[in-house]
Amino acid sequence: MIRFENVTKRFGAKVVLDGVTFEIEKGETFVIVGQSGAGKSVSLRHMIRLLTPESGRVWVEEDCVNEASGRELERILAHFGVLFQSAALLQWLSVEDNVCLPLRQKTRMPDDEIRTRVAERLALVGLEGVGDKMPADLSGGMRKRVGLARAIVTDPEIILYDEPTSGLDPVISRQIDLLIDDLRRRLGVTSVVVTHDLYSALHIGTRVAMLHDGHMVHCSAPEDFIASDHPVVRDFLQAQGIDSMADVRKAFKQ
Amino acid sequence: MITREPQIFDPPPQPFAAMGRAVIQTCQGTGRGLMMLLGAAAQVPFLFSRRNRDDVMRQLYLVGIKSLGVVTVVALFTGMILALQTGLALRRWGQESSIGMLVTISMLREMGPFMTGLVIAASVGSAIAAQMGTMAVSEEIAALDVMGISPLRYLMMPRLVALAFMMPLLTVYTNLLGILGGAMVGATQLGITLEAYFDNAFRYAENKDLYVGLFKAFLFGLIIVTVATYQGVTATEGAVGVGRATRRTVIISFLLILVVGYFVTRMFYQ
Repeated sequence: MIRFENVTKRFGAKVVLDGVTFEIEKGETFVIVGQSGAGKSVSLRHMIRLLTPESGRVWVEEDCVNEASGRELERILAHFGVLFQSAALLQWLSVEDNVCLPLRQKTRMPDDEIRTRVAERLALVGLEGVGDKMPADLSGGMRKRVGLARAIVTDPEIILYDEPTSGLDPVISRQIDLLIDDLRRRLGVTSVVVTHDLYSALHIGTRVAMLHDGHMVHCSAPEDFIASDHPVVRDFLQAQGIDSMADVRKAFKQ
Repeated sequence: MITREPQIFDPPPQPFAAMGRAVIQTCQGTGRGLMMLLGAAAQVPFLFSRRNRDDVMRQLYLVGIKSLGVVTVVALFTGMILALQTGLALRRWGQESSIGMLVTISMLREMGPFMTGLVIAASVGSAIAAQMGTMAVSEEIAALDVMGISPLRYLMMPRLVALAFMMPLLTVYTNLLGILGGAMVGATQLGITLEAYFDNAFRYAENKDLYVGLFKAFLFGLIIVTVATYQGVTATEGAVGVGRATRRTVIISFLLILVVGYFVTRMFYQ
């Protein structure tokens, strides 16, 4: 569904992605992990053309994202819902108006139908009855949930999550992880998650990929990821105290 | 999409190269700002659509009504200072009765649009830049782009309409209050009756003075909204970047108001 072909990206002299190639299948939850500055968010931003590669191509279905323009790009972006790291809610709009925004601006859906859809999506992320609140009145976790409700309100086929649990306490982080997993099962969407939290990655991911120094050093199912003998992967697992899938399951049971 | 990836360059090898790069970046910025203005202007036909009318009304209120307080004080005192300075100077030759004409023509041609432009650039322009800048650094503008909502239509067009429409109206208000302020000083400090002041004022002022002043105000509105939006959406580096965008908006708007004001005067009066 999404394909990176030899994607290279530089910021000044620093090579952030160096000929990265991978493919994300329809319906899977593909998690990209790595240290800060490894190029995780940069990869995500290439999928929605917030960044363009120096060389290589990014494909969504049969469309090349980095060569599309105008209406074609708009059509490609309609496949996506994005949860930004900061949730990116418009501060002067209420929760309901934020979630309504893509429907009000991009469709001719009647107002009462929009309100029903928004209430449904807010309920899906566990936020009934907060429609009138302003983003500034919400906690970090609630803001992320509102951002997620806005991302799924247009029924996208692909949802991108940029560090969905960063800045949240462990309990709320696990709730967000369970929500991502739940949404994939209920809505059948393809999810791409960028995170440095390996517990999250191994719990929600159907495949986990590790970026290091601009290269994808490992990509596999969570069980194989834990068994990997690649030194960078081993260091990353050890740094977060993970030896087996049992450690991950234990963290989510607590 | 108006979201652009950050441009990162290696440090220039010599000062001459740095100057060249600055010139190129200024030209690129000017071009992109003008393209944004044209892009937002192309959205003006959607002014009254269900999706935009509330935002347009909100911006008209913010630019027009919320600025009235500061515009009132500035306009009144501009007229009073003009009347006092010129009146005291002309009194030496017994010509203080001409202040009506001097204040009115100065206000209509130059001081009305100029002072309104400065006040709106400092208050509304800086507010637009700060808001857009904050939205840019917190990825809200990128989110709009990704949702397929044009920031030019959703954010810039309502502000463009508000400034293009309200700047001339506020200038009319500034002119009236400035002329009134001059009359008050004339009556209380220089011994000129209101009747003599207004008789002198309207005997020499022409319709052209008013129209040229309003045309300038319209142009100043376009300048302020373009500079503020461009500086805002290109802000990077968090709070520091937002502060820089706001400062640049005020400085560039002031300079452009002065320069454009001069050339419009030259075009119509030479």
